[in-house]
Amino acid sequence: MSDAKENLQELSKTWHSPTGWGWFTVVNHTNIGLRYIGTSLIFFFLAGILGLLIRTQLIVPENDFIGNDFYNQIFSMHGITMMFLFAIPIVEGFGVYMVPYMIGTRDLSFPRLSAFSYYVFLIGGFVLWLSMLLDSAPDAGWFNYVPLSLKEFSPGKRIDVYATVITFIEISALAAAVELIVTIFKQKAPGMSLGKMPPFVWSILVMAFMIVFAMPTIIVGSIMLTLDRLLGTGFFDSGVGGDALLWQHLFWWFGHPEVYIIFLPAAGIISTIIPVFCGRPLYGYTAVVLSIVATGVISFGLWVHHMFTTGLPIQADAFFAAASGLIALPSGIQVFSWIATMWGGKPRLNTAFLFSLGFIFMFVLGGLTGIMVASVPFDRQVHDSYFVVAHFHYVLIGGAVFPFFAGLYYWWPKMTGRLLSEKLGQWNFWLTFIGFNVAFFPMHFLGFLGMPRRIYSYPSDLNWDLMNLISTIGSYILGIGFFLFVVNIIYSRKHGQRATNNPWNASTLEWSVSSPAPGYNFSPLPAVRSLDPLWDKDFGVQPAAVGLRTDRREVLVTSVIEGKPQGVIGIPHPTIWPFILALVCGMGFIGIIFNLWWFVFAFFAASVAMTGWFWPKYNWRKEKR
Amino acid sequence: MALVGCQGPQSMMSNAGADAERVVTLWWLLLSVSAFVFFIVSLFTIIPFFLKGKVVPEANLGKGFMAGIVVTVVILLAIIVGTFQFSTTLVMANEKADIEVVGKLWWWEVIYYDEEGQVLFKTANEIHIPIDKKVRLRLTTDNVIHSFWVPSLGGKADMIPGRPNYLTLEAQTEGIYRGQCAEYCGLQHTFMAFHVVVEPEDQYQDWLLAQQETAPRPQTSLAEHGAKVFIEAKCMNCHTIRGFSEKSEIGPDLTHLMSRQMLASGTIPNNKGHLSGWIADPEGVKPSALMPGLRLKSEDFKALIHYLESLK
Repeated sequence: MSDAKENLQELSKTWHSPTGWGWFTVVNHTNIGLRYIGTSLIFFFLAGILGLLIRTQLIVPENDFIGNDFYNQIFSMHGITMMFLFAIPIVEGFGVYMVPYMIGTRDLSFPRLSAFSYYVFLIGGFVLWLSMLLDSAPDAGWFNYVPLSLKEFSPGKRIDVYATVITFIEISALAAAVELIVTIFKQKAPGMSLGKMPPFVWSILVMAFMIVFAMPTIIVGSIMLTLDRLLGTGFFDSGVGGDALLWQHLFWWFGHPEVYIIFLPAAGIISTIIPVFCGRPLYGYTAVVLSIVATGVISFGLWVHHMFTTGLPIQADAFFAAASGLIALPSGIQVFSWIATMWGGKPRLNTAFLFSLGFIFMFVLGGLTGIMVASVPFDRQVHDSYFVVAHFHYVLIGGAVFPFFAGLYYWWPKMTGRLLSEKLGQWNFWLTFIGFNVAFFPMHFLGFLGMPRRIYSYPSDLNWDLMNLISTIGSYILGIGFFLFVVNIIYSRKHGQRATNNPWNASTLEWSVSSPAPGYNFSPLPAVRSLDPLWDKDFGVQPAAVGLRTDRREVLVTSVIEGKPQGVIGIPHPTIWPFILALVCGMGFIGIIFNLWWFVFAFFAASVAMTGWFWPKYNWRKEKR
Repeated sequence: MALVGCQGPQSMMSNAGADAERVVTLWWLLLSVSAFVFFIVSLFTIIPFFLKGKVVPEANLGKGFMAGIVVTVVILLAIIVGTFQFSTTLVMANEKADIEVVGKLWWWEVIYYDEEGQVLFKTANEIHIPIDKKVRLRLTTDNVIHSFWVPSLGGKADMIPGRPNYLTLEAQTEGIYRGQCAEYCGLQHTFMAFHVVVEPEDQYQDWLLAQQETAPRPQTSLAEHGAKVFIEAKCMNCHTIRGFSEKSEIGPDLTHLMSRQMLASGTIPNNKGHLSGWIADPEGVKPSALMPGLRLKSEDFKALIHYLESLK
């Protein structure tokens, strides 16, 4: 008995994450995942403040609260921050944090890579916001269309900041994606075949593959843009044989899947939460998984629906319009599964469930306007109008932010050991739900009234005044609603109810360990034989995987499809090198805005950092260090 | 049919053009289907909370689930196939245009062509078209991307460097319709508007003839002085007045300035007060406007305004 206790103590020591200055050396997925989620939430609130500034400027016609130049930076930074610094990082954060728990392993396959990707994201985001303080924030929109973003029409550093920082941040997304794919394929608990993998893990897997296929085009695109701006290569300059439309193809090849990169994990969260609070397994698991995969594939065939007004041949438009309508089917199937789960179970309402329900209403509404804009003739009217602003906020806030908040309420006890307040949670939900609809529903009408996007003001004789006023009031309510989440976090730190291992009576593996979980996650490693292991009568008395060493970080490797144990690998300990490499890469990327020699410097400095990163500490074959 | 709240000089529900009317019909179809779907899904989402713990057996769930999928497929196919019926040939093969609209920073140059494709005249920020007649537009730009959009008449089309687009306007109701740039184009994307004047054929022909005239000679000595100021204050470095100064076409053609409804790309009404204010301080009217403000002696300024007012 004491032997087992000693083993646990040693295991804790081995998996302990350094504190203090050691903060920069931490590689454990729990810490990195939480940092991802926390940092992206900070960016969410910053970008939200920009959104409120936009709405305040538009509250009355001919308002001069914000000048045109600053307004352009604000709406660009709102989009860039929400998409690149909030939405992608938070789904990666959920993935990095949750996946090892849900598949029953101790850490991700390449812990140093996840640390590196976090620091890259942090540095990129920091530099972008610093540029705002220095009046050099990007001002050509998050879509950054050429030729407006070429040197001729955007002199100065603003667009250089966009192009290099976007490239830089997407490297972080790619690193996290590779990490998640390998972990999901090779480290599932014994017995967890692909068919027994939780739907959330499926959604993260598909998301990661989508990142791998989508991000390279935006990286290539923004590198080409950087070259056009710094060296005059002329890829996008029609005057010298380039093509302005090429940027739009590259951007939307990434930009459309991006929406589903955000949406799929959000839907995965819903597929996790609804069964738990209905007290039954998810209805139609196979259909849901197939829908997730189908969405991932079809989403790469839609990008031209952002370009229906660019004058592409009508046959091309027709193909992409059909594909855009088609993608509603897998989304619909998921909605039907959730509804069937509720009909077949006993739903109990709480904040997480409320956010899930709010999600269903708003996502369906946004999805329906999505089918409308997939229709070419209709899109030619509403494209780039406030109708589209309404549509994608319904899909992104309703379809993604609400599920994220549902997930935060649901997993908060596991993350922090305390439950969030239900009472504040209900206020949080209702104010956000009402505020959101008051803010964004009137925008549909503004679109019909001919109000284009990205304008900083409008004359008063166009019948736009009332709807803009209502929308702005709604945005303030929405702001208060989201702020209550912060209040709830602060409140629950002290006063939150302490969480047991499994406060919701949930079925997935993360709830089998203490809240918060120990650094080593599981001991012994669980083995599973159903989709909802914790609801198996004999969970815990089933055979589990034992025999991993306690004096170094080891994880079990299993086969991709069936989850059969194959071997054990050691994974690395905390180290400072990922941080240094991220710092050096940051210098290189940001530096070339000012002087190309920074690239040369960073190239060699990165080699040094990588050498440090891969330096063998000791011989793994030896028994003891 | 029209919602009162959805009316306005720039509303796509105004139905003034053939294309806009088709889209409005399409919209009501899409809305009815969507409203039905939203209602059903919402209902089915809420009902379980009122079942009081009654659990529906798995087999029935399966039936409902399959029914949902079948209905979705049918509706989606109907929408996809159905909307193709509404597809218009707005984008045509490269053919002759009646009018070319060039997106500028941040205003619209409008070029009228004759049957042979020769330039008849150039004007700015105001397009006249005859009623009930298909007018072919070529949309181009020599700078960044803009998008030509007159919601009351029909869908938009982008102006992309090196890729001219074509658009047919067909108006059914007389009137003046506001259009606005729909693709973000920089600092003054906001106030880059224009107007389309839909008028009867004979009125349109009169307007065409009048626009082809060169500018009237200054009639008074004050106007003559103003014309001199136009040259000396370097207005002529950007603006053309046909028959008087044709050195440059950077800014809008001013030959028949006073025949237009609005100034500064649809931003302010065209009258003496606004004209004076615009010339004295363009940035005050439209921040970041590329036209420089003029520092003139007050008698020179008065003369210049007087001369410009004579450009009918």
